[in-house]
Amino acid sequence: MRRPESSTRRRFLGLAGSAAVIGAAPVVTLRPAAATPATLATAIRNVVGGAVVRTGKVKLDIPPLVENGNTVPMTVSVSSPMTPDDYVKSIHVFNEKNPQPNIGNFYLDTQAGRAQVSTRIRLADSQKIVAIAHLADGSFWSASVDVVVTLAACTEEVI
Amino acid sequence: MPSALINVPKRAKRGEIIEIKTLMSHIMETGYRHLASGEVVPRDIITSFTCRYNGAEIFRADLFPAIAANPFITFFTTATESGKFEFEWIGDSGFSETASASISVE
Repeated sequence: MRRPESSTRRRFLGLAGSAAVIGAAPVVTLRPAAATPATLATAIRNVVGGAVVRTGKVKLDIPPLVENGNTVPMTVSVSSPMTPDDYVKSIHVFNEKNPQPNIGNFYLDTQAGRAQVSTRIRLADSQKIVAIAHLADGSFWSASVDVVVTLAACTEEVI
Repeated sequence: MPSALINVPKRAKRGEIIEIKTLMSHIMETGYRHLASGEVVPRDIITSFTCRYNGAEIFRADLFPAIAANPFITFFTTATESGKFEFEWIGDSGFSETASASISVE
């Protein structure tokens, strides 16, 4: 009787621990390749090409625990001076387990003033969300957040 | 009947950074849901959103089925001169809607 309970708790603690490690190591962008579905990696590669994606500069605001995956508020902000030489060209948001890896692409310009975009998204499962910013100097920066979803979206039946 | 909600400040100081909020009513049918009979409900989403400020494009977004119904998008821009913001949503099966808002910059 106690076994399943302790095993889920252990798993939870393990997850929390690995999340802390990701937060602490600035070079690690994604979890180990094996844990990342290939479609997510492909979708990211389609945007960044062969460029290196570094962690940082991007802030992805999304509730860590989502009750209804049909509408999840999300804000992506990038720390950037937004001057003609140094600005955010685009922001791309990806997911790991929805039927499609893309969520949205947002293209800004120099006069945006603040590199911040908000929208509402759908999440079909508990998963990792990745936001990538493309800066004017050609560099890519990312942030990722793990989200737990109670009620899934996208694939439910129409009544 | 599609309808848009736009929130743009009526007046702003020159150089001020303003927030623009937009909402377009749309089902955003993912194309991944099916009826009880097993039939797939065809995809019907908005695929593209554009905002122009006095004719020049300042913001554009590609939307995917993972965007929730009634796409709500907010972003920022710098108020440079009085004029008009034009918004355009384009989607599946010929969906196309526009809206506009004016601003006076002092």
